[in-house]
Amino acid sequence: MFLRKIAATTAFMGLMGSAAFAAGCGPEGQSIRILASDFPAIHAVVGTAQANCGTAAAEFKPNHTTEARQIMNAALTPNPAEYTSVIVANSTLTQLMNDGLVRPLNDLVEKYGEHIKPSQLITIDGQVMAIAFMANSQHLFARKDVLEKVGVSAVPATYEEVLTAAEKIRAAGIMDYPVTMNMKMGWNIGEMFNMVYLGHGGDLFKPGSAEPNVNNEQGIATLNMLKSLMEYANPDILTYASNETQGAWEAGEASLGIMWGSRGNPILDDEGSTKEITSNTVLAAAPTVAGGSIPSATLWWDGITIAANVSDEEAEATFAALVSALNPEMVAAHNDDAVWLLDGFKPGPAAAGVAATAQGGAKPYPMIPYIGIMHGALGAELSDFLKGSESAEQALADVEAAYVTAAKEAGFLK
Amino acid sequence: MKHRTFLWFILPTLSAMILFIALPIVSVFIQSLHVGHEQVIVVSESCGPFGCTPTTSIDLEATAKLQEEQPLGKFNGLATYTNRSHLAFQELAEAWRTTQTFGEFWDQVFNLPFYRALIFTLTYTAVVTPMVIVLGLAIAVGVNNLPKFLKGPSIFISLLPFLVTPLVGSLILYWMVDADGVIGATLQRIFDDPSLSLKASTALTWVMLIVYGVWHMLPFSFITFYAGLQTVPEDTMEAAQIDGASKWQSLIHVIVPHLAPLMSFVTLMMLMDNFRVFEPIVSFSAEAHATSLSWIIFNDLRESGNPLYGSAGATSILTVIGVVILLTPVLIRTWRDFNRKSH
Repeated sequence: MFLRKIAATTAFMGLMGSAAFAAGCGPEGQSIRILASDFPAIHAVVGTAQANCGTAAAEFKPNHTTEARQIMNAALTPNPAEYTSVIVANSTLTQLMNDGLVRPLNDLVEKYGEHIKPSQLITIDGQVMAIAFMANSQHLFARKDVLEKVGVSAVPATYEEVLTAAEKIRAAGIMDYPVTMNMKMGWNIGEMFNMVYLGHGGDLFKPGSAEPNVNNEQGIATLNMLKSLMEYANPDILTYASNETQGAWEAGEASLGIMWGSRGNPILDDEGSTKEITSNTVLAAAPTVAGGSIPSATLWWDGITIAANVSDEEAEATFAALVSALNPEMVAAHNDDAVWLLDGFKPGPAAAGVAATAQGGAKPYPMIPYIGIMHGALGAELSDFLKGSESAEQALADVEAAYVTAAKEAGFLK
Repeated sequence: MKHRTFLWFILPTLSAMILFIALPIVSVFIQSLHVGHEQVIVVSESCGPFGCTPTTSIDLEATAKLQEEQPLGKFNGLATYTNRSHLAFQELAEAWRTTQTFGEFWDQVFNLPFYRALIFTLTYTAVVTPMVIVLGLAIAVGVNNLPKFLKGPSIFISLLPFLVTPLVGSLILYWMVDADGVIGATLQRIFDDPSLSLKASTALTWVMLIVYGVWHMLPFSFITFYAGLQTVPEDTMEAAQIDGASKWQSLIHVIVPHLAPLMSFVTLMMLMDNFRVFEPIVSFSAEAHATSLSWIIFNDLRESGNPLYGSAGATSILTVIGVVILLTPVLIRTWRDFNRKSH
């Protein structure tokens, strides 16, 4: 990892020398402090920004941590804020905007954003709040060799086909638990519900209000589908998150997986698995469900925000530095690390799933102020049904009750 | 000691206690009486790489004004304590009214997050505490009777579980009980059941957490009792032997009474620690089958993105009250012993 970073940095130094960048780094001598998650694509963007504009700045301090979401609101609240920028995703932008901690970027986009595409701008009521640079989504991973063995020629396009294929694989005695997915209680189980529920055409809230809307036919159908899938999954599935599902896949224990697109490259690379598994792994769109037309998935983006509580000069320098990294050269050097929303991206096999899911018209993860509370309630209350200790109606009623209690406390409901 | 001298003598301790113990609890209590402001919501449109959708966002100016007027949040009295996430009075009454049998009522209670957590927390405390005391004493007596050259190494080995950080210790055990792990796979072989999983059943998860709890806390009671055993007066032991007491009799009638004050101490510590059980639930990913009061607090602060400080505060205060209730019998006993001795 460290070596790779060094290699990347030197590569960019070289690029700079070749004068590929007369990149405007904004006001000189500013302090640039960035809070970001810890995965390769984010390292690529922040590392490139540092290579481009690190010398023009008085300091350039990136902090990559998996706990970014937990600390960002506290870190951005004081004035001056601890960080000048946070790299966010759909849900975390809402979390910052709920407290008014990020600034509108319209004027900065005008000044530095000539190569930013309009589709990259995350706007809310005309105000640009973030610049997206990569997309992510959960979708289907399939082992084509295993499917062929049981006579399934096409990768399943619907959840119903996934179940049929899983039954055939089990019946053929190839795998006991052919299905794997991120069902760990908490955030992951809530996200699985969101995906299949949106695939059923459900809405999490009553239109235009913060009232919950999950205890309905689509909700029950969603839970029943999740339960049917679980029949074909490892009994421990309620403890499985991305690391476990990736592990199960790489160990050849599963042949139909619902996993994050960002796991595509780590699975397809030549580490941690055998040639037989990686060469037969196909990444496909998230399945549709119950005759629906859109893939059952939520689309995610990752993007740049600028803190509200910092000086305009620091904001400008930070924005210029980060935006300078969003160029075809950076994409070329890190093509397989992410599904880039940038020019120069050549979708490889690792990006096929996310691309197909987005093209299929899957919905973005809702950017609503109270979505976090709903997601938390889903994560806490659904496991009883999936364990088989209560009815779907009861589980969904519990979700709504838990949501209402928390939303009242947060001030979203009276 | 004159009152004045005593006051000066106790002042540093007292102020430290107020500053570091009393004030934080008072602050948590005050926070638990408040909830968030009403959020002023406006309907807007959000656009991004995947198109435009109508959405809602918070009117920051209007919300900030509310915040300035009441920085602590909206006063809510004890309503947070009685809502569904905590004592759930309304839901309990409803369940009592609508259910026919006690079993049905019990199902509904177990469905409420606070009571579900409380039931596991109490079970854990009630099982782990006595087991740790009895086993700790047994190990201490055993080690005490070992030949001298074996004592050092066996004390060291017995202390090991306590040296491992709880989070790490439970993670290690978690991997061992995995279906592919050494314990999990062995159990599958013994019971000849390839689908046997300790993580998939509620009862087995509870057993696993309790076994971990005993394993982790055992060294504490062992080392305390072992230290106590060094103070057993030899005269009394010899007298017991001369009177013809067997080893077992002298253990029950001489050693155990001698260690009684230590047992109260260990019980106190165990009750407090076990009632706050938390780490194993997180590292065993056991949330689907077992939650504890501390886990609820953690979840309220972490899971939804906007921390629910009021809820977390209320659960904290309820935990403190729970600990006080549990400790009362032990404290009363200690107080009586103390009075008896001082007269």
